[in-house]
Amino acid sequence: MLRADGITVAYGRQRVLRGADLAVAPGVVTGLAGPSGCGKSTLARVLALLLRPDAGRLTVDGAEVHRWRHRASRDLRTRVALIFQQPRLAVDPRLTLREIAAEPFHATGRPPDPAAELADDLGLTSELMVRRPHEVSDGQLQRACVARALALRPRYVICDEMTTMLDASTQAHLIARLEAYRRETGAGILAITHDEELLTRWTEPSGGPTVRMS
Amino acid sequence: MAATFPTARRTAPGRSRRPSRWIAAGLLVALALAVLLVPAVVQLDQQLVDLRAANQAPSLAHPFGTDEVGRDVLLRVVYGLRVSLLIGLVAALVSVTVGTVAGLAAGTLGGTADRVIMRVVDGFNSVPHLLFGIFIVALFSPSATAVVVSVGLTHWTTAARIVRSEVLTLRARPFVDAAVSGGSGRLRIVRRHFLPHLLPHIALASVLMVPHAIWHETALSFLGLGLPPHLASLGNMINDGARSLLAGNWWASLFPGLFILVPTLAISVLVQYWRDRANPRWRSELQL
Repeated sequence: MLRADGITVAYGRQRVLRGADLAVAPGVVTGLAGPSGCGKSTLARVLALLLRPDAGRLTVDGAEVHRWRHRASRDLRTRVALIFQQPRLAVDPRLTLREIAAEPFHATGRPPDPAAELADDLGLTSELMVRRPHEVSDGQLQRACVARALALRPRYVICDEMTTMLDASTQAHLIARLEAYRRETGAGILAITHDEELLTRWTEPSGGPTVRMS
Repeated sequence: MAATFPTARRTAPGRSRRPSRWIAAGLLVALALAVLLVPAVVQLDQQLVDLRAANQAPSLAHPFGTDEVGRDVLLRVVYGLRVSLLIGLVAALVSVTVGTVAGLAAGTLGGTADRVIMRVVDGFNSVPHLLFGIFIVALFSPSATAVVVSVGLTHWTTAARIVRSEVLTLRARPFVDAAVSGGSGRLRIVRRHFLPHLLPHIALASVLMVPHAIWHETALSFLGLGLPPHLASLGNMINDGARSLLAGNWWASLFPGLFILVPTLAISVLVQYWRDRANPRWRSELQL
């Protein structure tokens, strides 16, 4: 269980989150909905151990998180993967798609062989993998980001408006891929979106709850 | 299709409209060749004292004239430029390297480390750097190393500021979050993401630092604190020439002075051109 209790975050004097609670159970898709600017993305960054909240506690599979970003242990922070809304901003523009997808393997000192398989699974041909981000479409780039997120086989995957910018077929394909990953590994998925229809369609098969923020 | 549009590249910085960069590049190449080839090819002793030929005005035998002990000014200017360029390059590299390390540390570590490093930068900047440079060379005996250390230790702050501010903007970009989440440690992020993005800025800072370092070398040598007096450096030569200036011997100071001015101006012109090219937005603004 990835559990956040009473998370409060403020940027300067602007308070974005006030005592937010959320639990992401393994094996199901938990929905998170809410209007723009209500703090969904901020909560996602807290859950991925990328942002230290001003108050509240976060536990990953029962272990309370005390350190964030680099200071968090590698094991803990790679257990939660985050897929960003805008793939363009989420990749280093200087790297090729292959380097982007294989980066987690290199960073953790594992052999990068599964990267090619993952990319293949996501419909990325080897011809695409040698291109740089500016040479591919948003959809293709987001596929590479999903491959990168799944590389270290995380226990929890947080999808922050992952498919907002993409066409319907790419959207369906990526969600199907994540669902297959969930069924295969029993990972917990947090689907953040303000698209009600998508939310229903995504959370229903696993019977996961939907949390609404305001 | 593309051919029907007059592309920006073809109409932009036209060869005929901005010949300055070709002149600058040509002058730099000529000077570099002179500096590299003359000492290897010409078998003349630049230190040779010939009192019978002292203080001669420029002539065919001595195009830049001779100094007060009869040494050929042209030959010594070439040797002097060699020394000054070398010191300029090394000093620029030292200062930019120190600055990059400091800026990276401040930007990456943040918090207390950032505050301490930036206060040290402020401390260095609050002291006039020529004075501080003089203080540092005074600790050594006159030598090239002393000049390099002095310029390097007083000029790293600019590079540190540039690098730190770039790291701060890079750090906030989502792809760094993604790297952290993918298990990258601090060092890996610096090596894999920060340094490649910083490289153009660091390169520009180094090139800009070379002329500045040459000025400092000449200034220190002119004050008699830089290089040992017998060594032909541009600063030493201006200093020597200044003594006979009142006797009307203008050439002994003027030519070394021109040899400081020409390469530094040429480097500035080329850097300006590079900047315009590297940043298309500036280029289009310039074309308006």
